Amino acid sequence: MSGTPIFDRLAALLRDEVPVALATVLDGQRAGAKLMVHRPAADEVEVDGTLGDEDLDRVVARDALGELAAGRSGVRHYGEHGEAREESLRVFIEAFASPPRMLLFGAVDFTLALVRVAKVLGYRVTVCDAREVFATTQRFPLADEVVVDWPDRLLAEVGPELRRRDAICVLTHDVKFDVPAIVAALRTSVGYIGVMGSRRTHEDRVGRLVEAGVSDEEMARLRSPIGLDIGARTPEETAISVMSEIIALRTGRSARALSDTDGPIHD
Amino acid sequence: MREILKDLERWRRQGRPVAVARVVDLEGSGPRLPGASMAVTEDGQVAGSVSGGCVEGAVVMEALDVLATGDRRMVTFGYSDDEAFAVGLTCGGTIHLFIEPLDW
Repeated sequence: MSGTPIFDRLAALLRDEVPVALATVLDGQRAGAKLMVHRPAADEVEVDGTLGDEDLDRVVARDALGELAAGRSGVRHYGEHGEAREESLRVFIEAFASPPRMLLFGAVDFTLALVRVAKVLGYRVTVCDAREVFATTQRFPLADEVVVDWPDRLLAEVGPELRRRDAICVLTHDVKFDVPAIVAALRTSVGYIGVMGSRRTHEDRVGRLVEAGVSDEEMARLRSPIGLDIGARTPEETAISVMSEIIALRTGRSARALSDTDGPIHD
Repeated sequence: MREILKDLERWRRQGRPVAVARVVDLEGSGPRLPGASMAVTEDGQVAGSVSGGCVEGAVVMEALDVLATGDRRMVTFGYSDDEAFAVGLTCGGTIHLFIEPLDW
């Protein structure tokens, strides 16, 4: 293992979508020195390479794990031996977090278009539908995973792993599936819950969700009807409308045309 | 580096010298975040990007120099009034890149 160059070990972890952080010294004699850190299991830490000093390695490995958990890349300053208050050494910590997840409930035409757009944006995509004739890998070749099951049962399993950067889209249009799916989605920390349907379907669904015990506060988390108002008609246009809403919600931006607004384009 | 991984692996398998430029820091408005990366081979093939196309040409020149000399380095691109014709980001921000050979 230690004979393998660190790039090859990094490439292998990235191929397997294992979260990993890579630290690189930017200054001085040791510029280019590398340290890589990942967790082979929840309570284990594996450190590869060295920045040329045992104490520096220890401090940077700890910070790199923190940056990895936060999904953040950036420069940190240290002393020669990892002293926190010194600034003689700059180290770039690059966090390769696992990709964000997108769960699509309902294996319909809109799902197919959303899978394609979500893959372009780097999501790990799961399609879930209880009907096995529809939920097939033949129909969704680009999906990372096609699950034949009830959405609420899938969420009982993977729901606790979902974070703010992840997204759930409920595309079933069928109250049998979507009410339990929405209730289960609201129990997770997922950042986006979009629910497809016309305004009339939405009104009807709100009534059923209230009956199922969903509070006003929880209801406010739902993006229903799903998507931004860009006049989308086809499944592909709708997919762009939904993904745009997901991005705008994550970044907290207005989703208005930049030509109609002032201020910086990038935060 | 994730976006250019396939290119890096292929060039490495072919034994071709490659330099990798990574955005490590950003001041003000900038199109690509830290971690954005670009690779350049000795014969000038390019994968990836580090800005919206504003500085890529200059990065290729720096990367070729890194390959020729073997010296890793920090390079900064920004815009200031007295350098109106120098290479910079049209959005007004400053990016700091680290460029090094893929020899690790």
